[in-house]
Amino acid sequence: MTAFERDAPLLQVDGVAKSFTMHLRGGLTLPVVANVAFTLHPGECVVLGGPSGVGKSSILRMVYGNYAVDAGRILVRDRKQGAMRDLATGDPRAVLELRRDSIGYVSQFLRAVPRVSALDVVAEPLVARGIARDAAAERAAWMLTRLNLPEALFGLPPATFSGGEKQRVNIARGFITDHPVLLLDEPTASLDATNRDVVVAMIREKLDAGTAILGIFHDAPVRDAVATRIVDVSAFSAREAA
Amino acid sequence: MSDPILSVRDLERRYGSFVGCTDISFDLWPGEVIAIVGESGSGKTTLLNCISARMERSSGTVRYRMRDGRFPDLAELGEAERRFLMRTDWGFVHQNPADGLRMRVSAGANVGERLMAVGQRHYGNIRRTAGDWLERVEIAANRIDDKPVTFSGGMRQRLQIARNLVTHPRLIFMDEPTGGLDVSVQARVLDLLRALVADLGLSVVIVTHDLAVARLLSQRMIVMKGGRIVEQGLTDRVLDDPHHPYTQLLVASIPEN
Amino acid sequence: MTALPEYNFAYLDEQTKRMTRRAILKAIAIPGYQVPFASREMPMPYGWGTGGVQVTASILGPDDVLKVIDQGADDTTNAVSIRAFFARVARVATTTKTTEATIIQTRHRIPETPMRAGQIIVYQVPIPEPLRFLEPRETETRVMHGLEEYGIVQVKLYEDIAQHGHIATTYAYPVKVEGRYVMDPSPIPKFDNPKMHRSPALQLFGAGREKRIYALPPFTDVVSLDFEDHPFTVQRFSSRCALCDAASVYLDEVVTDDRGGRMFVCSDTDHCETRRAEGHRGSGLPQLGQDALEAAE
Repeated sequence: MTAFERDAPLLQVDGVAKSFTMHLRGGLTLPVVANVAFTLHPGECVVLGGPSGVGKSSILRMVYGNYAVDAGRILVRDRKQGAMRDLATGDPRAVLELRRDSIGYVSQFLRAVPRVSALDVVAEPLVARGIARDAAAERAAWMLTRLNLPEALFGLPPATFSGGEKQRVNIARGFITDHPVLLLDEPTASLDATNRDVVVAMIREKLDAGTAILGIFHDAPVRDAVATRIVDVSAFSAREAA
Repeated sequence: MSDPILSVRDLERRYGSFVGCTDISFDLWPGEVIAIVGESGSGKTTLLNCISARMERSSGTVRYRMRDGRFPDLAELGEAERRFLMRTDWGFVHQNPADGLRMRVSAGANVGERLMAVGQRHYGNIRRTAGDWLERVEIAANRIDDKPVTFSGGMRQRLQIARNLVTHPRLIFMDEPTGGLDVSVQARVLDLLRALVADLGLSVVIVTHDLAVARLLSQRMIVMKGGRIVEQGLTDRVLDDPHHPYTQLLVASIPEN
Repeated sequence: MTALPEYNFAYLDEQTKRMTRRAILKAIAIPGYQVPFASREMPMPYGWGTGGVQVTASILGPDDVLKVIDQGADDTTNAVSIRAFFARVARVATTTKTTEATIIQTRHRIPETPMRAGQIIVYQVPIPEPLRFLEPRETETRVMHGLEEYGIVQVKLYEDIAQHGHIATTYAYPVKVEGRYVMDPSPIPKFDNPKMHRSPALQLFGAGREKRIYALPPFTDVVSLDFEDHPFTVQRFSSRCALCDAASVYLDEVVTDDRGGRMFVCSDTDHCETRRAEGHRGSGLPQLGQDALEAAE
């Protein structure tokens, strides 16, 4: 048993299968993964590895409830209730509750909403959890500064930012709360070396604080810097060989 | 775990043998936004009208949780009580703002009307409250005495929103609220709606054919076709991992930018 | 040559009178509520008092004494015509003295002399529906009355204050009857509204074209609508009647020449005559270029 396994798991994936049925292509069914199983403990960073297209992103999205699950269970420890809850049932309210308090997600690209300033985008998860706007804005500003976003951009909507700037807003938003489980999908893909290092430091801090991280990192140095272990998704692949 | 604010079970509305909508069941919780999405003729507007008591249903139940905790079927309420509900606890935002406003009465009177309808009799207070709401929907304070006929489409829509919110309703029905507006104007109104819904903890049922609006505003989504629900669930799940053939068609029809 | 057929007493046939009386009784039972009635073809066009005439014809008895006024005066065309009409078809006694009348049919004024128990005042009403200006649908206004949804009347008053700084409605000022129905008191000046409140007389309202009758039984509460911070007030005149020196009465402005000369005299001609018979005298002189009318607001 590893040191991490002494603590109760925060995420447990069990027998998960997923396929896509493309009705616009005559009902063609594309199996993606089957029998996906792994567990996450506090302080662990588990990296989903494997070649492009094997299903890493799909697994991440299923864990967040963004993709439906054909079979299996995805148990997330509910931060408020303490018990494990199965997110794979697809019950919208359960998923929303878990997303609010227990499991966070940093996507690869920021989905920019018109008219909302970068600062408000980052502060929103705190405001949604009842924190006063001022305090949330202050914390958001601190995060953005740490990620080297110029203060002049704080009040602007991110729609016109560069890819790297948008991603830093995205990361700040994802890291600002204290969700016990964090899902990261290629967080450093559009960042330069300096900011990559900042993100690595932020990931380490989260891990030290007991957060469990499940991530996809194509960037080898970053992966090496943060990964506790790598789960090879090819083992779960349901695809026939190309 | 709170209770739903609105419960629809087996709702059906027929016109003779023609099915407007059928087999509709869903719940709405306080503070939640649910989008009803579908193309013209899908039955979404019929459904909205049935659950907001604007149209009689053929069968099924629509229960609403009153402020005092009662959970009656709308059909059990007397007409006076139902109309009172529609004026205080509920809001209805029409696609065409002219349908939801008195066009020849000042903006201030439009917003203040509901207050006067529930017995407020102090002109100064009514005017001040109206002014506060106009500010909240980003209408300049000096337009309070102007009539909506002089307003742009976006302004009229924002005025309609203010008119609905002044009595602190708990449940808002919206029928394509940005349908008739220019794209740039839509963004402003949508952002306003998003902020108000979050700030006021409103429950909202929004009918739209625009998936981007659904994604922006709603947590849950119902897809309708031919009067029936073909898919429902978390909005981002339905849009990112559509299962039903019709949903896949809808999602595939959005041009990527 | 055969004689021309005689009119039935008070022109209307007995069945019509019974129908109208039933409507009147219903109206009295529900103060301020507009009762539909089968308004008949009358020998004067719509807009000339057909509703008032039908109400009067239905309640008139051979011992009644009838007074007819138009804008307060007994001697204007309409008042003269209608009085003559009833004199012909009912052969009732007519009078110009308010105190002597048992029935007073009026257009647009209430007499200055307070009414007494046993008198009936019949108002001519053009548009009986007080909500019509903001809600054109009859189906909707009926529901609003039925469910006591009167927000829009307050909206109208709000608009007045917003546009003019004060409630600018000066006639046909809406009132609430017995705390329940909102009623249009007919186009009387708001100056007269307080006279309707708890009057000892029976007040009947007839709208011929719109086919509605409504009523205020004696001693009914009639309250003019307003806002807490813009309370209802009546017009005040700074001038007195030039003929009889009456104060606190509704005055008509009479232009006396084309150089701006004018005088202010009682609108209620009987009231003025009575005072003059008692010896009161006004200044009598036209005032040149002065505006003596001041509204209280």
